[in-house]
Amino acid sequence: MSELKQTFNSSLGKKLIMALTGLFLSVFLIVHLGGNLLLFSNDNGYSFNMYANFLTHFPPIEVIAYLLYLSIIVHAAYALILTINNRKARPVSYAVGTESPVSFSSKNMGLLGSILLLFIVIHMGDFWYQYKFTHNVGYKEYRTNVLTGERTVTAFTPEKPDFEHSMTYDGNTEITRVKDLHARVASSFSLLWYVVIYVIAMVALSFHLLHGFQSAFHTIGWVHRKYKPIYEFIGTWLFAVIIPLGFAAMPIVYYFQSLNK
Amino acid sequence: MILDAKIPQGPLAEKWSKHKFNLKLVNPANKRKYNVIVVGTGLAGASAAASLAELGYNVTAFCFQDSPRRAHSIAAQGGINAAKNYRNDGDSVYRLFYDTIKGGDYRAREGNVYRLAEVSVNIIDQCVAQGVPFAREYGGLLDNRSFGGAQVSRTFYARGQTGQQLLLGAFSALNRQIHEGKVKMYTRTEMLDVVVVDGHARGIVTRNLKTGAIETHAAHAVLLCTGGYSNVFYLSTNAIGSNVTAAWRAHKRGAYFANPCYTQIHPTCIPVTGTHQSKLTLMSESLRNDGRVWAPKTREVAEKLRKGEIKIENVKEEDRDYFLERKYPSFGNLVPRDVASRNAKEMVDDGRGVGGSGIAVFLDFRDAIERLGEETVKAKYGNLFDMYYQITDENPYKQPMRIYPAVHYTMGGLWVDYNLSTNIPGLYALGEANFSDHGANRLGASALMQGLADGYFVIPYTLGDYLATIGPKPVDKNHPAFEQTKKDVEAYVAKLLALKGNKTVVEYHRELGHIMWEYCGMARSEEGLIKARGLIQALKDDFWKNAIVVGQNEEINASLERAGRVADFIELGALMVEDALSRRESCGGHFRVESQTEEGEALRHDDEFAYVAAWEFKGENQPEELHKEELVYENVKLTQRSYK
Amino acid sequence: MSNANGTMNLTLKVWRQKNAQTAGKFVTYKAENISPDMSFLEMLDVVNESLILAKDEPIHFDHDCREGICGMCSLYINGRPHGPKRAITTCQLHMRSFSDGETITIEPWRAAAFPVVKDLATDRSAFDRIQQAGGYISVNTGGVPDANEIPIPKVIADEAFNSATCIQCGACVAACKNASAMLFTSAKITQLALLPQGQPERYRRVQSMVAQMDAEGFGSCTNTGACEAECPKEITLTNIARMNFDFFSAKLFREEEVHEVNHG
Repeated sequence: MSELKQTFNSSLGKKLIMALTGLFLSVFLIVHLGGNLLLFSNDNGYSFNMYANFLTHFPPIEVIAYLLYLSIIVHAAYALILTINNRKARPVSYAVGTESPVSFSSKNMGLLGSILLLFIVIHMGDFWYQYKFTHNVGYKEYRTNVLTGERTVTAFTPEKPDFEHSMTYDGNTEITRVKDLHARVASSFSLLWYVVIYVIAMVALSFHLLHGFQSAFHTIGWVHRKYKPIYEFIGTWLFAVIIPLGFAAMPIVYYFQSLNK
Repeated sequence: MILDAKIPQGPLAEKWSKHKFNLKLVNPANKRKYNVIVVGTGLAGASAAASLAELGYNVTAFCFQDSPRRAHSIAAQGGINAAKNYRNDGDSVYRLFYDTIKGGDYRAREGNVYRLAEVSVNIIDQCVAQGVPFAREYGGLLDNRSFGGAQVSRTFYARGQTGQQLLLGAFSALNRQIHEGKVKMYTRTEMLDVVVVDGHARGIVTRNLKTGAIETHAAHAVLLCTGGYSNVFYLSTNAIGSNVTAAWRAHKRGAYFANPCYTQIHPTCIPVTGTHQSKLTLMSESLRNDGRVWAPKTREVAEKLRKGEIKIENVKEEDRDYFLERKYPSFGNLVPRDVASRNAKEMVDDGRGVGGSGIAVFLDFRDAIERLGEETVKAKYGNLFDMYYQITDENPYKQPMRIYPAVHYTMGGLWVDYNLSTNIPGLYALGEANFSDHGANRLGASALMQGLADGYFVIPYTLGDYLATIGPKPVDKNHPAFEQTKKDVEAYVAKLLALKGNKTVVEYHRELGHIMWEYCGMARSEEGLIKARGLIQALKDDFWKNAIVVGQNEEINASLERAGRVADFIELGALMVEDALSRRESCGGHFRVESQTEEGEALRHDDEFAYVAAWEFKGENQPEELHKEELVYENVKLTQRSYK
Repeated sequence: MSNANGTMNLTLKVWRQKNAQTAGKFVTYKAENISPDMSFLEMLDVVNESLILAKDEPIHFDHDCREGICGMCSLYINGRPHGPKRAITTCQLHMRSFSDGETITIEPWRAAAFPVVKDLATDRSAFDRIQQAGGYISVNTGGVPDANEIPIPKVIADEAFNSATCIQCGACVAACKNASAMLFTSAKITQLALLPQGQPERYRRVQSMVAQMDAEGFGSCTNTGACEAECPKEITLTNIARMNFDFFSAKLFREEEVHEVNHG
């Protein structure tokens, strides 16, 4: 065991932890974006709310979720430790700052990461915490005719405040009562300052992943001449373009929709 | 005193094997009781230190640089010869031996040279085992090339940095022994004297270049692997720090200095641009395989070129003198280094030099580019062209390179016998620091071979014999000789620090270089040498009156370091002039204008000068005494070199 | 760019520090009538000659071969190790890369593991200790197989050679925002890890050399690539990835033990 401890205490070991947690978080982003695209389905939040409910009530997902939170904490903590060590490695700094030709992202991973961490705190505090640990989120009742697929929606107020969700049948009608995260999202995204925070965070995410994704492969040591271009492509187009754009589209679209209401 | 080279008796091919058998061995249990000092960590020093430590001796190694890897062996470009005959082109140990003796203009010992050729094959094996990345072919086996006009392909190479790769191999072996605790390494430490106890070398005095501390180190034997003395010419292809101090101080303690006037001038260097120039850069000899050397046919054209009145490309074909091709139709541009160098000098002396200073000739790739295409030329010489462009800001693809010879290597050095021992028992000299294997001229790609041969495959045997003879009794560091030598060094350093004149040490060095280059360079005459003798004496007197040395001893003091080195170079310069004067023949790198054939080629006088000139120091400002070691040739017939 | 006389006048801001124990500061010097054909070090030689004539202490800087191979020269010039040009060392930098009237700031390599010994010279012995920890193939002199008994594919030999071109100058550490020695260490490890001769000790070597690198107090790698951009021999980041892979393979899946760390 002590040898493994030693491994992860080495400079390379710490970087491996950064890489693995970073990649895990990156993969999560794909899932997260995929799920959240449900925000764009025009069904009064039914799919989105069902999806949110599923995520919070299916035990294996719960485990992964906690792994995810742990990854965020570890990724940030090790970043801090590494940064402190790196500062110690150069106690006297240069009078003339570096003029070496290197990318903006790679030089500012700490800054970008700090923005993202701050964002995650806001983001989770506003949705995840409110959804899971408070009664501030309202409920919706969806009645779906299983034969025709027609669905009606009404607000719902449970008798007990710790009501989570229910699904019952009334003949051919499926009655689903769930927390209405969708409404919460829509109301948050109608605030301009909130949208701005999201957009800034997604720009930071883009730059963070532009370097971070391919850098993680580098740290792990996967640099085969033939495969490196593939992950560089994915890192650039999927993680630094599509994913941040997809996420940023949500508050922007909701904001403009709120203006039309 | 009769110099005994201790060449073993018997047929040439059996000498070394028989000798190895006859050498005494040190009992394995006793090896750790011996201490050996190795000064210098180039190819010879690093390989010797590592090999001796592997055998079990305690080694203390010294270098003046901040890391052993920076020794100037690192800068060798071309390659290393070995009689592997991997090419099936007729190479053999005997052929490498013969080529080396002939290339050295019959002024090297047969026995030593044969041994060098013999162990050359082991060197390649050793280096490959250490992980030296020699050039390879697609089949995975080692590549070879022909080098320096050799008729066979026996040169192993690692792109243009064979020296660095070989040194890194030896350095890695040294590092392993440092890690094992068998070598104690002192960096940024300069040797300033040898401690001689009852006629035997028993230690050295060093100066710590960081703190100025002057310390003594005791050992059963001292190995000087301190390189050559090309920097006596101020401008050379050597590193700025390369110096003769260790060898010279040993000389002043009694070690004979052999053939000091044998210096090698390399023909293809980038010419001097101005007085600010601190060193010269060599470009690989391989350039002459495709480049054509020329100078303007007339002084008028040359002058117009120098003034920029006409452009190089406008010089008509009939106004170009491809002088090497003209004079040596069979070898053309590939004549040996000394011949090519001397001819370039003749052009410049004739007023037909080119470039701003007029001290250069052209090396032209126009025809090669036409014949092979720019891509092919780039593939072959791209890195050299880039280097030239970087330094001169002239594009060699568009206009011819300007080249001029520069001092590159010194064949002379401390006199050693077959065992690499100087005439002081316990004091050895390896690599370029000794004189032994190259005669009056060294073949291309043979310097690396000799350094590693000495360190890996000769000294581990011959040193054992000496150590077994003297026994493992610890060296008494309390012997008064240690304290006395240290005091001498301290006094010398104090004398240097007291110099508070008005001329910098570098200025003296530059002046010495001018004198040496002018009168003891590519062509030497009795008249010039006598003049140089006076000039050097005057320079020496002036140095000790008017030089400036700033700072103190107890700190990093580059000014003090340089002063000590320049003072030694001045004394060495005087000896080189004496040696050149006494050798009234032309041989190899030593060209006496009084001794040439009707066609202006070097003319040897074997009946009079087939000897090694070993000089003995007789005291400050006393003439040195010449001892002659006769060279005996039992296997090769002495002939006049001809490249017509 | 020179002036009408074909020479240049420059202002130098040079870091002066007597030794490791004393604090340093910038001192401004004038370098006048500098030829564009001078190398950067020759320009400093000229300044030093005038300092010596004035009985002042010359500026100390490490240098030796002056042809870009010994790796001794080491100046941080206007924010870049070895100055503004790619793939050269300071000694190969010529004054024509600067303009008449320019101010040039010259600093030593900055890293905890490279303490200043005087002015612009630093102690880079940490690099030697990293190599002593395992940067070799353990063969004794003699008794090795014939050189051609070990065929090595050309592509591997060439790749190993690319790593082997490292001149140990420390520009990678100087350039890295974390003062990391990963490019240097990985180049040394990779050269031997690629070659068949290096296989028997491959996994021991990577562990002991990385342990020594960490013990010397270098920072870690962010894969920024400043080292690669500033390396005079253009050694690539791929070396670092290769080292990482070997290190993790060794630590997580192999049985080899580690050497103790040398705190010398």
